[in-house]
Amino acid sequence: MIRLLLPPAALALLAVWPMMVSDYGLGLLIGAATYVTLASAWALFSGQTHYVSLATVAFYGTGAYAVAVLNEALPYPAVLLCAALAGAAMALAVGLSTLRLRGVYFVIFSFGLAELVRQLITWYEVNVTGTLGRYIFLDVTARGIYWQMLALGAATIALTAWINRSRLGMALRVIGDDEEVAAHSGINLARTKLAAFVLSAVILTLAGAITSPRYVYVEPSIVFNPTVSFLTVIMALLGGANRLWGPALGAVPLFLAFEWLSAHFPDTYPVLLGLLFIGVVFLVPQGILPAAERLMRRRAGA
Amino acid sequence: MLTTTLILGLVLGGTYALLALGLTLQYGIARIMNLAYGEFALAAAFLAVALFQGIGLSPLLSLPGIAAAGYGAGWLLYQVMMRPLVARSGGGGRLETDSILATFGLLFLLQGGLLLAFGADFTSISHLERGVDVFGVPVAANRLIAFAICVLAGGALVAALRFTRWGLAMRAVALAPGSAPLVGIDVNRVARQGFALGAALAATAGASISMYQTFSATGGVVFTMKALVIVIMGGVGNVPGALAAGFALGLIETFVATAIDPGLTLAATFALFLGVLLWRPQGLFGART
Amino acid sequence: MTAISRRAALRAVPVGMAACLVLGTGAAAADDATVKIGYAVARTGPNATGAGITTIPNYELWVDTVNKAGGLKMPDGSQRMIEVVEYDNRSSNEDLVRAIERLASQDKVDLILPPWGTGANLAIAPLMARFGYPQLAVTAVTDKAPDFAARWERSFWMLGGGHDYAAGLVDVLSQARDAGTINGKIAVVSVADGFGIDLITGARPAFEEAGFELAYDKTYPLGTSDFAAIMSEAQASGADSFVAFSYPPGSFGMTKTAQSMGYNPKVFYISVGGAFPIYPGVADGKAEGVMAIGGVDADSPAIMDYFARHEAFAGKAPDSWASAITYASLEMLAQAVERAGLDHAALAGELSTGSFDTVIGEVKLEDNQLRDLWWVGQWQGGAFRAVNPAGKEGASVPMIPKPDW
Repeated sequence: MIRLLLPPAALALLAVWPMMVSDYGLGLLIGAATYVTLASAWALFSGQTHYVSLATVAFYGTGAYAVAVLNEALPYPAVLLCAALAGAAMALAVGLSTLRLRGVYFVIFSFGLAELVRQLITWYEVNVTGTLGRYIFLDVTARGIYWQMLALGAATIALTAWINRSRLGMALRVIGDDEEVAAHSGINLARTKLAAFVLSAVILTLAGAITSPRYVYVEPSIVFNPTVSFLTVIMALLGGANRLWGPALGAVPLFLAFEWLSAHFPDTYPVLLGLLFIGVVFLVPQGILPAAERLMRRRAGA
Repeated sequence: MLTTTLILGLVLGGTYALLALGLTLQYGIARIMNLAYGEFALAAAFLAVALFQGIGLSPLLSLPGIAAAGYGAGWLLYQVMMRPLVARSGGGGRLETDSILATFGLLFLLQGGLLLAFGADFTSISHLERGVDVFGVPVAANRLIAFAICVLAGGALVAALRFTRWGLAMRAVALAPGSAPLVGIDVNRVARQGFALGAALAATAGASISMYQTFSATGGVVFTMKALVIVIMGGVGNVPGALAAGFALGLIETFVATAIDPGLTLAATFALFLGVLLWRPQGLFGART
Repeated sequence: MTAISRRAALRAVPVGMAACLVLGTGAAAADDATVKIGYAVARTGPNATGAGITTIPNYELWVDTVNKAGGLKMPDGSQRMIEVVEYDNRSSNEDLVRAIERLASQDKVDLILPPWGTGANLAIAPLMARFGYPQLAVTAVTDKAPDFAARWERSFWMLGGGHDYAAGLVDVLSQARDAGTINGKIAVVSVADGFGIDLITGARPAFEEAGFELAYDKTYPLGTSDFAAIMSEAQASGADSFVAFSYPPGSFGMTKTAQSMGYNPKVFYISVGGAFPIYPGVADGKAEGVMAIGGVDADSPAIMDYFARHEAFAGKAPDSWASAITYASLEMLAQAVERAGLDHAALAGELSTGSFDTVIGEVKLEDNQLRDLWWVGQWQGGAFRAVNPAGKEGASVPMIPKPDW
């Protein structure tokens, strides 16, 4: 009973939180909610299948760009819908052609994808529309952005929970363990992977679309910032990418740590960030949640 | 016009290929996909400039020393940071992901170090800048030198891998790290050497870049991306492939810039790169497995 | 810098409290003793280079100068020291926006100085307007400046737009052509980035209207490092003038390539980077005659004094385009505070209507924009001198043709 009531109660609490904080506090809430959403959406596909995707920003940036292009032509909900469709179409095209790549090839491909999208958009804007920067003047308040992001994040985690219990989640786990076995046990590899990839990409695109009013001015070099992809991966890994709450658990403390570091050590921030990153890979490679679970089990056994 | 495109493209390709040699070696032999590779080259470039401005030592003369320092740094880095990852993965696929994430942390670490040491300014020296006539096409002497270094280093590397015992051990580890110990090869030692040699090549490339390019502490990622594209096109771990792909890329970029539109050079690069990944992931010059 | 000042501030707290206890004087005085000024500039990431050249040294120099003189002067004649609160925006607009929220709502600073770059200034403009802070957007170049100045009434745009710089260049070239010094053909390349595109879209019609033929007109992607192919095409085009709407390091790469291939156009123009103090070094001491964006009145005593102080403080000369204007914007701020105090509305009103004595001469904004700017400069005798607008006081005569490399 408590397990069922807890998440909605927590969500309600999170939703009224902005009433009690300063603008900066709200900024922090938005940032944390964004990264929780990004990391959870990333883990929706990559956590179970072990396909490490660095294409997060390719979708996130596409979402922001879609809003920049359409915000004056269409009402806001329609803009979001278009952004989601663009993300889905892109993920479908990319997924159909790439999901047979494995290991390091997939990692590198996803990394290159963000660059290609950025180059193509630049070329198109320069040669076809003749302008490069675009403006987003939407009447969306910071609180509005927070609530939308909170809703998206909650939906992502709920969706992950549902998938984990469904046939799709089962299939993804088998694929993550061994693709050969998965194929022999009758799982349609391509369709399973594609479904998860597209779902995850749509959420990433929406996240980009929702935050974009905070940018005001959009340029490819601003929205396709590769650091976003890497931060997402490391946050999900820190918490435990194949656990439901793992990505969220990794995203919040890391986000706050980055914020604190950059305020207190502006000069040595990249050095500390690098050390933190390496520390995560070395010390908690499976993530905090699985490590904690193992610890608990050992306690229980002893 | 065609000769101009051809010569400019080849010289550009030479500088690209030199940049990619070390990365392909590090991945091919040590199985480390080193995302901090560009920062390595950048550190060497800063060092070369500091020596040039400080004591007037030409980058050409400091190059062997910098390459040796790069070897040492690579050796140390493998021992301290990569070795535990290799041991942990036990030869599985985990290493690839772990190494990408760990070297991404390293990227920030090195970039931060460079920012602290050299500041955020653009750095540039003019050394051997004058033009040399190559079949009627003026080419900067320093780029020509980088081209020569590439041909020499690349050629020597290809020959050493093919004809020496050391090269045989390297190839054995690259091909089958699991079975190499069966024939008495110390895999750890060979991988360490491969990684260190890759670092030395990155340093060499960085020192030659310092002669002709303006750079800043935050620009290492650009080098890594370029090298990565070439490595993938040539086939990961394939040294002759990287050389050929480097030249091909230089020619393609120059051709696109002159015949189609300079605005599409980078898009062409990435399209080609993604195309190769999709249709021939073993590289343009690799054998089908 | 920040860490030290914060530490200093922390040390000051117990000392101040002790003083209050001992002397029994009002506690309010300790709180009002400083003016808190905050900024969030790029210490890391791609914008760190631009911020490190133009923005950060000038902020630090100004704070140092003001504090050494006893602090900011208030309308009542008292002086208050400046206390700096600084954050790194990591070259990311998302982090920048949050840092501004933090400065305004958490640190409650008295004034906020803008970040480096057009995109960054636009990203914070709605926030600054909401919190009511005046925004002296110096390093923002945009043709939409009049719209923005009207949209956010406490924002001030001080570096013109791409069209202005393009028109200035066309003006210089038209005069040279009419004098018979150069032919009517131009080879132009532009970088595919916001500012490069602003410049080329402004320049194309202006060149055509002036009767020039664009013999070569191409755009290249940001991040291009090799210019041999582009430059040899430009050389083969038969144009006497080479115009690059470029960013560093591209501007530097083109200079080096032109030198090594022996390309000697009569006019060699590059955009951002040409006015940087390292440019003569990049050009191997042969910068004489190179034209670029910006410029200063190099003979003015105020500018000479500013350059000397900047070099003594930061260890390097300022750039000859936006640096002096950045510093001038801070002098304006100080004088406006002296006249109107720290109330944001009064301060913005004073900035908008007052006239100020700065290193770039007397400044008075028109419709919240600085329009009295230098559009084209040229390296002459080791200094980057302004040559256009030719009628403005302190303009040098352009040297065309440029001597061979």
